[in-house]
Amino acid sequence: MLGITSFGAYIPRLRLVRAVGAQANAWFNSAVLAQSRGERAMANWDEDTLTMAVEAARDALSGRARDDIGAVFFGSTTHPFADRQNAGLLAGALDLPEAIVASDLAGSQKAGTGTLLAALNHAAAGHRGESLAVAGEHRRARAGSVQELLYGDAAAAFSIGRDQVIAEFLGSHSTSVDFVDHYRRADSDFEYHWEERWIRDEGYMKLVPASIAAALAKLEIDGASVDHFILPENTAKLAAAVAKRCGIAESSARDGLLGNVGLTGAAHPLLLLAHALEDARPGQTLIVVGFGQGCDVLAFRTTEALDRLARRHAVSGSLARRKEERNYQKFMAFNEVLVMEKGLRAESNPQTALTTQYRHRRMLLGLVGGRCTQCGTPQLPPADVCVNPACQHTGPMSPYRFADEPARIKTWSADNLTFTPDPPAHYGMVEFERGGRFMADITDYDVGAVSVGQAVRMVFRVRGRDPVRGITRYFWKAAPVYGAKEA
Amino acid sequence: MASGIKDKVVILGMGCTRFGERWDAGAEELMVEAFDEALGDAGIGRKEIGAAWLGSCMDEVNIGKSALPASIALRLDNIPVTRVENYCATGTEAFRGAVYAVAAGACDIALAIGVEKLKDTGYGGLPGLDIGTMPPLWWPNLSAPGVFAQVASAYMKKFNVSRDELKRALAEISAKSHVNGAKNPKAHLQKAVSCDAILAAPMIAEPLGLFDCCGVSDGAACAIVTTPEIAQSLGKKADELVAIKALQLSLSNGAEGGYNAWDGAYIPTTRKASSRAYAEAGIRDPRKELSMIEVHDCFSITELVTMEDLGISAEGGAIRDIMDGFYNADGKIPCQIDGGLKCFGHPIGASGIRMVYEMYLQLSGRAGARQLPAPVYGLTHNLGGFPHQNVVGISVVGRYR
Repeated sequence: MLGITSFGAYIPRLRLVRAVGAQANAWFNSAVLAQSRGERAMANWDEDTLTMAVEAARDALSGRARDDIGAVFFGSTTHPFADRQNAGLLAGALDLPEAIVASDLAGSQKAGTGTLLAALNHAAAGHRGESLAVAGEHRRARAGSVQELLYGDAAAAFSIGRDQVIAEFLGSHSTSVDFVDHYRRADSDFEYHWEERWIRDEGYMKLVPASIAAALAKLEIDGASVDHFILPENTAKLAAAVAKRCGIAESSARDGLLGNVGLTGAAHPLLLLAHALEDARPGQTLIVVGFGQGCDVLAFRTTEALDRLARRHAVSGSLARRKEERNYQKFMAFNEVLVMEKGLRAESNPQTALTTQYRHRRMLLGLVGGRCTQCGTPQLPPADVCVNPACQHTGPMSPYRFADEPARIKTWSADNLTFTPDPPAHYGMVEFERGGRFMADITDYDVGAVSVGQAVRMVFRVRGRDPVRGITRYFWKAAPVYGAKEA
Repeated sequence: MASGIKDKVVILGMGCTRFGERWDAGAEELMVEAFDEALGDAGIGRKEIGAAWLGSCMDEVNIGKSALPASIALRLDNIPVTRVENYCATGTEAFRGAVYAVAAGACDIALAIGVEKLKDTGYGGLPGLDIGTMPPLWWPNLSAPGVFAQVASAYMKKFNVSRDELKRALAEISAKSHVNGAKNPKAHLQKAVSCDAILAAPMIAEPLGLFDCCGVSDGAACAIVTTPEIAQSLGKKADELVAIKALQLSLSNGAEGGYNAWDGAYIPTTRKASSRAYAEAGIRDPRKELSMIEVHDCFSITELVTMEDLGISAEGGAIRDIMDGFYNADGKIPCQIDGGLKCFGHPIGASGIRMVYEMYLQLSGRAGARQLPAPVYGLTHNLGGFPHQNVVGISVVGRYR
């Protein structure tokens, strides 16, 4: 049996209250008032498509072996790099083996469903091990646009394999039509959009139903038997209307998460699929549609193994890990729509030595330190001489993954002096419960609520951006675990 | 068995510029200013100096690399000149170089000069450090107040001290240094400030406010050292000589920052360097025997834990001593009698030598309005780097024999 073996999702903690954005710009474009309801997921300044994808994939992989993963496919229209393999960065952050197929899918809102197809095809071709399909999106939109409020940031991930399949792949049907509801040229920052009514009438209500009908016919699925219909919609009830046109029960249309997350681009079909799998029962049929210059339509049927998969953080956990953001200017600044005066301190920006970065890639990407072969002390960075004063054994260490190790804040400060896009900068000594410590940035903090003894989880984030040389640097930071007990 | 430095080297002369925002002067002018004073005090000419050590820290501004800027600015006589750098403990390193050279018999008279021109950055606070290629890839964007504030969080936790209680003690530390600095015409900040004003100041790095941070200053300080015998042959009286009693350095080896043992509420290297210094100087009970101390009060919290790390206040007892006025000018052991880094200022490369300069003035009875009665031993404590990985230099000076 071929299909989904696990899933995960990640939605950033910050949620922009749409009304504040709508009110700020209504003087200029009253159409934004229609987007006043609810909130949208908002990436922190140090989150991007890659960092969210890493979190979603960690969720999918939690509690599972990762040494036999043979392929990783990463779909997005907002990969951080145009020529540096984003899927490779993702694999590195997950500390996956180097003997792996890594591939980016881009160029359309279908990039997300494309990763599922690629991973399924990879597995179907008889390759060894599981494959990962991950999609993330962090789209920018101009101030005062409808998209600015409609969109959201998120990622979702699936592992695909043949053992312990929780959702069997029934088949797919794809179409490619140059239906341009919006586009963004390779060198543009922002999208260009055509009229919504046309997109609805000619796109959602014609092209999409035709593709779904072809898929259902090809796979011999009765529309009435579909339990979960997944189609990213740009207005409420649109997915239900499409379902109805395809002979699928309107009630099977999944909540598009427009009210509390926003439209997350290429990641959205996968995000909704992950959400559906959280609710699904064994033996249910799911249809997933990716729409962007044509359609990918995929069909799955859940199995008994679904009930045996440990509960994921996924969409429900992400929705619960939430912090309201009412500062619209901060949203604009984080998305670099608003140019802030960063001051002279921000000018200090050392070159990224790619040689150094390469030598230390496993530590920098995967937060892999060393464990002394003599005394067993975990340490970061890994060194040739053990840091334990009572040991100081000289020799190579065994690799030690810190990323999922429980840790606490030992010391900290909130620094108003040093440059950060979101002052005050929080950092401190982070101590791992099973050994090891280092001075780490703290992220996703609530000002005034950081404390000694607070439990933290390590997360892969943007360390800094170098506008001069056009590189984004990543490293791991400590994020408070909200609701955890202090030590 | 090493015999130690005690009484092998004496100070022949010292000089120190006015510290502050010296818009009028670059590092070269500052060096000449300090050097001129030292030459006059020593009563020698520049050609009599056999070797020199230059301390400067911030390559990014200041004078750049090598010792040439000192050799050129001071027109030294083609003698060996070595530049040393060890973060904020740089000044003590330059001093150590000169003192050891004389003690070793490598030269008769040696010069230590420390200088820092910081106010060429365009902003307040220290310039960003050049930290190599790897640290920028994984370290937080550490600022000096941000890293030293870490100690405060650990101290409050360890001794169950409330933030208010700690803040009040820290304010007392800074207020005391402002009172002292007001009596020092060379100090960067010469104005007394009330504890209320200190507590109301803007936050820099939680819980450190503006007045918990030392001045960022331009300045230079300089010492000319020789043997007691040569000093006497040059006309100095034996009973007026100020001798080096101890000179110790201790560096972190990564354990604090990488191994789960250190609690973050003290500086282990200060403990190691000071206990070695006491042994070298023959001091058994520093709380009883030290007359005055100049510690590295880059931040008020640093001064607070240093009181304990030097073995003067009991562990967890610094707040009580501070509130009791133990370290005030009229207390048992006056601390920062010249205003300290807080008010005299902190031109990094110069600071370690500036501390010795004050001890030297006090021991020579030349400290003017802030002169202490009959001091015997003075200790300097110079700390560079971060609480979790640092360099600590300690010196003890006193009357010869």
